[in-house]
Amino acid sequence: MPGGEERILRRRISSVQSTKKITRAMELIAATRVVKAQQRAHAARPYANRITSVIEDLAAAGAATEHALLRQSEEIRRVGYVVITSDRGLAGPYNSSVIRAAEREIMAGTRDGRDYSLILVGRKGRDYFRFRNYRIDASFEGMSDTPRYADARRLSEEVSGRFISGDVDQVILVYMEFVSLGSQKVAVRRFLPLATIAEIAELGGGSAEARAAFEFEPSPSGVLEVLLPRYVESRLFSALLDAAASEHANRQRAMKAATDNAEELIVKLTRMMNRARQDAITTEIMEIVGGAEALRSAG
Amino acid sequence: MALQVELVSPEEVVLRTSASMVLVRTSDGDIAFQPGHVPFVGVLLPERVRIYSDDGDSQLIAVHSGFVEVAGDKVAILSDVAELAGDIDAERAAAAAERARAALAADPDDAEAAAALKRAEIRLAVAAGTAI
Repeated sequence: MPGGEERILRRRISSVQSTKKITRAMELIAATRVVKAQQRAHAARPYANRITSVIEDLAAAGAATEHALLRQSEEIRRVGYVVITSDRGLAGPYNSSVIRAAEREIMAGTRDGRDYSLILVGRKGRDYFRFRNYRIDASFEGMSDTPRYADARRLSEEVSGRFISGDVDQVILVYMEFVSLGSQKVAVRRFLPLATIAEIAELGGGSAEARAAFEFEPSPSGVLEVLLPRYVESRLFSALLDAAASEHANRQRAMKAATDNAEELIVKLTRMMNRARQDAITTEIMEIVGGAEALRSAG
Repeated sequence: MALQVELVSPEEVVLRTSASMVLVRTSDGDIAFQPGHVPFVGVLLPERVRIYSDDGDSQLIAVHSGFVEVAGDKVAILSDVAELAGDIDAERAAAAAERARAALAADPDDAEAAAALKRAEIRLAVAAGTAI
């Protein structure tokens, strides 16, 4: 029957068209989310800088460096991995590349005889590791899209708690770092124990000689006691914000690619449909001409 | 010369203003900063912070623990939660205070409820503009 193929193609084109509309909308949403996430990361910077600056003050004052979060273990028996993924998919290689990097780290650690402890952020990471029968010690959901500071605090309590209690001797953070809109890369960072406060101060880039003699209340080590947990929280918070920005940037890119592919597919399918229609018309004309010929020769 | 005051929460800079004096409560007691104060770092208690502007007006801010760093003429107040009077929902704070009191009545050792009560009281005091 003529026109059958044409009808099928027409239906496919309209289905691709509606998919394209969806991916286009997701692309635009992701684009605005990236900007928002970047702004939030930017707004959070003064706090992190201030915290670092207070640590510099402390380092300059020669505060005692005894703190549970600074404890360097001689032997590392168990490593905690904090893996930040997203709750939702359709973000291109975002989740898989973070997960792969984390898994590689775990494998390497296990080969060296170190046990692992998994602390997961995001449903995607949790699903992956659960499916592969990894032991998951904690998992968090609903914070990867737009992380709040309270989320960072909950995560920090879990992570620091495990470190301070000696459950893990080291904590490694795996997330996707937001370099720029066009470039995000997986970062695997040693997170705990923290560097010594002198090192933190150095990372901050502050010049120690410019710092005057500070008065501390209650005392340098008293301040440090309260400050270090805040520092951990703010570091985790900025990692979460970075990861969120990367997630949206990846989703935007993935959706842009999907939209472009849909466009290409529509062009190709339309060509095929036109050819099918022409073929059908040609066949029809041939049939009519053939029929007329037959009638004439019969008459 | 005025003090440059920055009130910074982890998510954003809440307030940036100049002031003639800043009054805070640290773990050792109340302390006020005026221009020319020696460099100072202190741990803040959950309490009100009062910022006096040049023309004698003052502004109250609810600060739920954090730090204050004074260096030169810059005062930085770092706090997990820092709320200006205009941002406080007094009704919600009153309800929270009520809940916390009830919890405390049931269990006087409930540290969390005690902290919640303290937070709510500070919010209410700031919303009402009561002095430190």
